[in-house]
Amino acid sequence: MKYLCLVYTEEAKLAAMSDPEFEQLDADSLAYDKEMRDAGHFLVAQALQSVHTATTLRVRKNKLSATDGPFAETKEQLCGFVLIQAKDLNEALRVASKIPSARVGSIEVRPVRDLAESEPWDRRG
Amino acid sequence: MTGEPISISDKVEDIYRAESRRILATLIRLLGDFDLAEEALQNAFAAAIATWPRDGMPENPRAWLVSTGRFKAVDTLRRRARYGAIEAQLAKSPEMTTGEFEEAPELEDDRLRLIFVCCHPALSPDAQIALTLREVCGLTTEEIARAFLSAAPTVAQRIVRAKSKIRDAKIPYEVPVRGEWHERLEIVLHVIYLIFNEGYSASAGESLTRGELTQEAIRLTRLLIALLPEPDSEATGLLALLLLQESRRTARTSPDGEMVLLEDQDRSLWNRDLIAEGVSLVRRALASRNVGAYTLQASIAAIHAEAPNSSATDWNEIAGLYDVLLRVDPSPVAELNRAVAVAMRDGEVAGLRLMDELLETGELRNYSYAHASRAELCRRLGQNDEARKSYARALELMKLGPERRFIERRLQELGVTALNRKRDALNRTH
Repeated sequence: MKYLCLVYTEEAKLAAMSDPEFEQLDADSLAYDKEMRDAGHFLVAQALQSVHTATTLRVRKNKLSATDGPFAETKEQLCGFVLIQAKDLNEALRVASKIPSARVGSIEVRPVRDLAESEPWDRRG
Repeated sequence: MTGEPISISDKVEDIYRAESRRILATLIRLLGDFDLAEEALQNAFAAAIATWPRDGMPENPRAWLVSTGRFKAVDTLRRRARYGAIEAQLAKSPEMTTGEFEEAPELEDDRLRLIFVCCHPALSPDAQIALTLREVCGLTTEEIARAFLSAAPTVAQRIVRAKSKIRDAKIPYEVPVRGEWHERLEIVLHVIYLIFNEGYSASAGESLTRGELTQEAIRLTRLLIALLPEPDSEATGLLALLLLQESRRTARTSPDGEMVLLEDQDRSLWNRDLIAEGVSLVRRALASRNVGAYTLQASIAAIHAEAPNSSATDWNEIAGLYDVLLRVDPSPVAELNRAVAVAMRDGEVAGLRLMDELLETGELRNYSYAHASRAELCRRLGQNDEARKSYARALELMKLGPERRFIERRLQELGVTALNRKRDALNRTH
């Protein structure tokens, strides 16, 4: 089963970090990507540019509107994502809890809708 | 139908009461779905009622019911098989379609698995409690709502949402790994505590206590303790608390099912074996460095258990322990209990003052015992109007027969008949 780990942080908090701290976070993130890849959990991960670069689109009655900024103004902003493979939510939470950004922000773990892969619980319990 | 259909159906009912939750827990593991397992459980018992009077009771009724439930579920899935996804699900589950059901040792752990799933941290605390009470203990949504002081539709929705999260996010049917034991255990202990409370003081019906629920809570706590990788003082404290409360069960009800207050109980009816075990567990829990809320409550229960009567009880020690408890785990109910202890130590006036302050915050507005306790203090102080008002409010909130009759007796003693009450109510509205 696939889980999307959405990484939210306060951009102000990231901006307030010192250069060495920020570089360390990047290095830790890359190292953990590799760890996840070696363990067979990693599918894809990306960090995002600042929320001020975001554009939100809507098509209503065949008419396109584009507006500046994110879909919702919140205290924490989406700043990256990791798509992982895990056998169940417990494993997904275990993998996601070690994503380095969890120490600065929060990680929302969302199961991916994938009907072809859905199956009942692991019967071995 | 031949033989003794009435006695067989009585037996089925007994088995349903004693075993249905255990069977459900195993069916959930085998079928991987709460709703499918619940339907299978009902179908299995329907099959038992239909066939046992004719064929006789199977040697192992529980194994028969699990096996039958599982085959009924496979039938259900086959009937729905026009959906391709379910065909695929069946194909992946060969053990569901073939083979005889056997009683494996791990089956006994199914309820523990079920508990850890129901108490999963990915579910909201309210959902954890509701789901455990519903699935593990078999309480109805109505009973849970009363235990929660909330509305039945809210609880029903909570349970439906929790079940769909378990299914859709794929929360596994397993006990937590070692590194996650402690935090997961804390949630489970709290849920067991609430289950015990429902059995200790049932929310509705004619029976004051529900022995099967308190026994179940005690059994689950013992099982948990046996499975812990290392001793946990709060699990020990919880078991002590449950045993000490349970020790008074017989004395809390008169032979005709009426409620008997702590101070009026025949203490020779208290179960000395449970008290001895409870007290020794409290000592063990207190010896650890982490003294938590359950150990403190157990210490309070131990003081009651060892006191020869109400007036010789060390109320000072009890009030002091409530002070510590309020620091460790503040709650309005603990505040109320502390106010009762202060009333016993310093007199009704002091207790009533604390209670009125507490009631003013509004948190215990719908908590019947808060009003009943206040009424009792007013009655002792001879403030009969105030006592009547609070008893009447408690009565509005109470659903349990023996408790209601207790309050009604008190109201009668204060010279208020049902007719007078109605007239009072009419006068108030005019």
